[in-house]
Parts: sequence; C-alpha cells; structure tokens
Amino acid sequence: MENVGALALLLAFCISLYAIIASVAGRLKQKPFLVLSGERAVLAVWLLVSTAAGILIYSLLTGDMRMAYVASHTNNAMPLFYKFAAWWGGQEGSLLFWSWILSTYGAVVVLKNRGQHRIMMPWVLAILSSVQIFFLTLNAFVVSPFQVLAVDKVITSVPDGMGLNPLLQYWAMVIHPPMLYLGYVGFAVPFAFAMASLISKAPGDSWIHTTRRWTIVTWLFQGTGIMLGSAWAYHVLGWGGYWMWDPVENASLLPWLAATAFLHSVMMQEKKGMMKVWNMVLIASTFFLCIYGTFLTRSGIISSVHAFAESPIGKYFVTFLAIGIAATVWLILDRLDYLRSESELESVVSRESSFLFNNLVLLASCFAVLWGTMFPVLSEKFSSEKISLDAVWFNRPMVPIGLFLLFLTGVGPLFAWRRTSLESLRKNFQWPGVGMLVLVVALYAGGMRYPYSIISLGLCFFVTATIVMEFFRGSRAISEKTKVGLFPAMVELTHRNTRRYGGYLVHMGIVLMFIGWSGHPFNQTAIGEVDKGDTMRVGAYTLKVADLTNGETADYQWDTAILEVSKNGKSIGTLEPTRKFYKVAQQGTADVALRTRLNEDLYINYAARTGDKATLQAYVFPLVSWIWIGVLVLIGGTFVCLVPSKVARSYPRTEVVGVSNQSHRRAASVVRPEQ
Amino acid sequence: MHKYGKFAILMAIIVGSLLWLATAGITGSQTYYKTITELRQMGGDAQTRHVRVGGDVQGNSIVREAGFVKFNLIQDKEVLRVAYEGRDPLPDTFRDGAQALADGRLGPDGVFHASEIQAKCASKYAPKPGMAPEGLQPKAPGAVPSTGNSSMRSSL
Repeated sequence: MENVGALALLLAFCISLYAIIASVAGRLKQKPFLVLSGERAVLAVWLLVSTAAGILIYSLLTGDMRMAYVASHTNNAMPLFYKFAAWWGGQEGSLLFWSWILSTYGAVVVLKNRGQHRIMMPWVLAILSSVQIFFLTLNAFVVSPFQVLAVDKVITSVPDGMGLNPLLQYWAMVIHPPMLYLGYVGFAVPFAFAMASLISKAPGDSWIHTTRRWTIVTWLFQGTGIMLGSAWAYHVLGWGGYWMWDPVENASLLPWLAATAFLHSVMMQEKKGMMKVWNMVLIASTFFLCIYGTFLTRSGIISSVHAFAESPIGKYFVTFLAIGIAATVWLILDRLDYLRSESELESVVSRESSFLFNNLVLLASCFAVLWGTMFPVLSEKFSSEKISLDAVWFNRPMVPIGLFLLFLTGVGPLFAWRRTSLESLRKNFQWPGVGMLVLVVALYAGGMRYPYSIISLGLCFFVTATIVMEFFRGSRAISEKTKVGLFPAMVELTHRNTRRYGGYLVHMGIVLMFIGWSGHPFNQTAIGEVDKGDTMRVGAYTLKVADLTNGETADYQWDTAILEVSKNGKSIGTLEPTRKFYKVAQQGTADVALRTRLNEDLYINYAARTGDKATLQAYVFPLVSWIWIGVLVLIGGTFVCLVPSKVARSYPRTEVVGVSNQSHRRAASVVRPEQ
Repeated sequence: MHKYGKFAILMAIIVGSLLWLATAGITGSQTYYKTITELRQMGGDAQTRHVRVGGDVQGNSIVREAGFVKFNLIQDKEVLRVAYEGRDPLPDTFRDGAQALADGRLGPDGVFHASEIQAKCASKYAPKPGMAPEGLQPKAPGAVPSTGNSSMRSSL
C-alpha cells in the first residue's frame, strides 16, 4: 500500500514536469494538442495525488502502525474524526495536504477555463505546476509520508501510536489548519493568473476579473482560519488571550494583510487603470508570504509554541523563495511598459488617495510584523545575540496602524473619485463626526482613561454611523421610488451592488472586532488559592468554592471545582472549571468555565489543586464576544460580495482596451472555487 | 509635482511615526536567548537585561515555598539556581527532568529570578535524535522510526 502511495507521488512529480513542458512548448509552437495534453496532465496529477492522499487516510483510519506517520500522530483510542484530522496534524501529512489542495485547485482551474483565456492558460498551468513540483519534491524525496518503521531492514509495527496532543483535540483546531491551508494555497491561483498575464501581455485587466471571486474566497478562508486559531487559544489554552504575536500566528497574518491590501488596490486598477505594477507586487508578495509562512512553521528557525520539528526542508523553501522572487521581480521589471498607469492622482482628499494610504499602512503593518517575527534570526546574524521581541513591542506600532485603518474604513468609501468637494464632506461626515466627538468626550468624562480605547470606540461609532447612513440613504431612495418598506428596499439596494454593500458589511464586521479589542485594557484578573467553602472576588463577581471533585476515565483523570457564582451579591448559578490530565500523552489540559455575555465574559481556569485548596485564575474580559460576532458579520458580508450584482456594473475604461464587458463578466463568474 | 509633494509629505509622516513607534523603547521589549554558560559570561548585563535561559530541571531540586518556587536548571553540567516569583501557577509539565525555559533576570546573588516558566515534557515532545520517543515502543527492541526525529508537533 505505502509503495503505491509513494509511487503515485513520484508519478505525479513526473507528470507535473510534463505539464510544464507541454504547456509552454504547446503555447510557443502554437500546438493546441500539446496545450490540451498539458491540461490533461494537470488533471492526472490531481488523480495521482488524491490516490496518495487516499492511501494515507486509509492507513490513518485503520491504524496501520507499521507506518511512521500513523504511529507518531494517532493512537488506537482516538475517535475516527481526529484520526482523519491527523492527515494535516504533522509535517509530512500536512505537506501532502498542501499538494492535494493545490492539485485540486489546478484541476478546478482547468475545468472552469475550457475554451477561454487560451493565450494565458498554458502559462497559468505552467506556473501552478512549478509550485506543485516544489511540493511534490518535498513529498516524494525529502519528507515522505509513507515511511515505514523498520528494525534492521525488517518492517515492524508498534502496538499503539503516540496520539494527538490533547490540546488539539478540539473542534476549532481540527478545521483551523485546513482553513488556513485553503487560504495559503489558494493565493497561488491569482498569482499564477497575474504572472501569466504579464508573460503573455494579455490585454486589459482580465486576470483581475477572472480571479476576483477566487481571491475573495481565499481571503475569507485565510481570515476564518486565523480567527478559528484565535478562538481556540481563548477557549482552550486557559490564559484567556486570543492573540500573542507568536511567530506562527504572524506567519498566517502576513499574507492576509497583503491580500487585504490587494483586494482594495485592484479597485484602483479596475476603475482608474492605476497601480498596475503595485497590484502585481501585492499579489506576488501575498503568494510568497504564503510560502514563507509555510516555511516558517516547518523549518524550526524560529522557536514557537506551534513549530513542527526542526527538519532539513528549510533550505528547499529558501531556494524556492529565492528563485520565485527573482523570477517575479525580473518579469515585472521587464514588463513595466505594459503596466503603465492610465491616470494620475489628483487630490489628497479622494478615493484614490484613501486607497493609497490604506495600502501604505497595510504594507507597513505587514513589514512591522515580518520584522518583529524575524528579529531573533536577524539579530543573531548581525550581532550574534539571539533576541526576541515581546507582544508589547508588536502592539506599539500595530495598535495605531489598526486605528488609522479603522479611520480609513469610515472615510475612504465616501470620498469621491478624483477629488471630494467640501459640500460632500459636510454631507457625509458632519453628523458621524459630531457624534464621535460627543462620544469621546462622554467616555472621558465617564472616567475612561485609556486613550486607545477611547479613540477606538469613537471611531467605531463614526464608521458605524457612516455605514448606516449609506444604507439608509440608498434604501430610502428606493423605497420612495418603488413604494416598498425600508427593509425590503435595503435588501434590494444590497442586491443591486453586492460588491459595495457587501463591502460595507465586511467593514462593519471589522468595526465590531475593534469594539471587542477596545475592551482589552479593562480586563480584570484575580489569582487565588481558595479553601473549600471560601470565596474569592474578581470584578463584580464573587466565587465560592462549593466542592472539589475528581475522577477518572480511560483517557484522563479529571478535577472539577464547583463554584457558586454571584454578581453584586446576586446569585447567578454555578460554574464548573475542570482540569484534565491525559495519561498517554502525560499532559494536562484545562476545560475553562466561561460565562459569556455581550458586555463581558467571566473566565475561570482551575489551575491546580493542593489538598482541599484550589488555585483559581479568574478573569473578567469586557466586550470579548464582539470579536467573534464581528468575525461572523465579516463572513456574512464576504458572502454578500460573492453574490453577483443584480445591476451589472460596467467599466467603460476597459472597453477601450478591446475586451468587451460581456466577456469580463462571464469570465468573472466562471472561475469559482469549489466550496 | 506640487500635488505629489503633498502625498510625499503625508507618507513620510506616516512612515516616520511608525518607525519611531517601532524603535522607541525597543530595548524594553527585548528578550535575550542564553545558555547557562553564556549567562555567566554576560557579566553586569545579565542583571539589567531580560533573559530567557533553558535547561533541564534537576531531579529533586524543586522546593515550593510560600510565594515562590526554587529549583535548579541544568545544562551541560552547568547548574543555575532559579527562583520563580511569577503570579501564574506553574504548568503541569513542570517537574523533575522536564525541559524548561525561564524568563527573567539574574540577581546579584547569582540566583536567576524568573517571572515566567515554560516547560515541556522532555520525553514526549523532543526525543533526542535517533531515539524512539517514549510511548512509541516498537515490538522489537531497538526499533527506530526511519524518519528519525519526531518532535513537538502540532497542526499549523
């Protein structure tokens, strides 16, 4: 079995190589059949990688303990669900998972683009296959998932495997990696289209229209993946945080930031024909940051709570990145003429300028995070001292950056293209601005003394007001014209231009997340050793230790503290924080007791027990729920963006170039990733 | 060029203030990674800088007293006395023989005053190269996973 899997990977490697040669040769020699065979090769690669993946999954599910990967990532007692998830739980399997997603995306691209983009497609497939070759090299030759355990060249098996780290046995942690991978890998497709359009000097912005939905879906996967990881940290790790600027968290954030910049700046290219070089740079940066992130988690160059084993694959990644970046830079420089801007910036107070600053700041934040993440490596190189930077450092530039972006979220969409008149500024911003000032003064008068929180909440109000006004004005116009109620009018309004109003909803999600983050300085903490029958206080809450119980299951020993909780003297029920100790893994985990309300969370971790004394860590986290609500709104808004607009938008500028709008729209709806 | 001048000034202000934010007070955020030997060689700097030092917890060295925990870290036969004075309870994985990382400063008395301890169970998550991790005992003695080293693993 494992030989078949390894063989499949080897064949997939060869056929990917063929796909590149056939596509490029077929394109250059104008041989359609050769191009077609290149496309078929991409489909064959998908079949082969799926076979390999299928064999690995089968071994995991049946517990084939002869295989090193199975033995070190599963055990017999594990539920089937987690055995399946072990596919991406370790180094070798997760790289196979990467390859498999990439091959699936490649196959989708082939199937969706039959009969269009004939000039560009061979290049797209050649680029995707080159990336695939890199990952198949790793899978087939460097870290094969099909290694077997052997003693003196005799294949042996172990009675039971090591299992999955109990901390990871949590639903969000099972879907968090695949979400991130779908994101990481997905950016390869817009990147391939961008480069292909450069190579073939395809007219117009067809690569942007073709990959717009693709990019949005990928961006959504990446964002959801990041936030699932964040939610997992909050609910499982027992320290109550949701972000600690850990290198691996940063690695997932970097491409997301670059992609966010890209999603905004393509609008400049679509509407004004500007920033063409910049968009190329952004999509290339996004893609290479994805590869870089994959590299960072695997090479062991940076110590992190997440890191995989130190392994020899680091140098392969560095080589791939170096070649890829060099080729991209050369290509962009060589095609600068083709990327010439069609209009110029006119005013600082304009939509163009707000996009420009949005991009500048997102890129600056990307650079700051990258710098901070790489600091231990850089400092070791240049001063021979290994120095890491803590979360305080990351927050120092990132909080103001976040607030500035929040500000742009409010003003940007309402600035007019080219230049904005004073009259329109007054109309759009007078009331939100006044409201914001009133709120800021009220918060200060009310005793709030954290400037960032005050500014953040003020801006949240400002942005919310501008968004609500936009919806209100638009739907009132529709409802007056068509005599329908305000709510149906709002649905109609959104449906007419899903990109715009879906975008507002995404912005609203971001605002809600900022509300959640604003609560952070008001966190309250209490740590205490409490005897049975005694009480401790945190914020307005009193916790009385009613009982301490314990027991044992086949998997773990557990300890539960039964707490009677009252708020301001009024009883509000019992909470039961639990700690578990997994026997096989010899590791403890916390089942945190959480009382979630919209205004604040009460969060209790049962840290330790000595005799009849319980060590409790109790926290009050104001406004945290709004972060998760914001994520849901953001996801909903993104879905709205993906719905085709009822009223077709037209881009008069692109007609000049010679590709009709009709084909653009068709192209945009054709490439739609499977969900 | 006039209108581009405005853009240039605004950008310079933004980038400049971010650079300032990123560099001002950076020393307070720095943690130096040191071995016990290197820590000894740092001299006076060891007492002013925030240091992360790693090693194994020496067997039978953990002494719990009111308010703090004392133990010895050992690495390559160098022993460092550590006093943990942090607020958070020590992790479950912290025990004799565990690999531990201590964050803190070296006191003038030669005791390392740690404010944070991370520990991982040595046998499980980082087997020495070429040795089978504990819990992965092959049927035949001396079996080694042919991939060699499986270490602290996790999903991405």
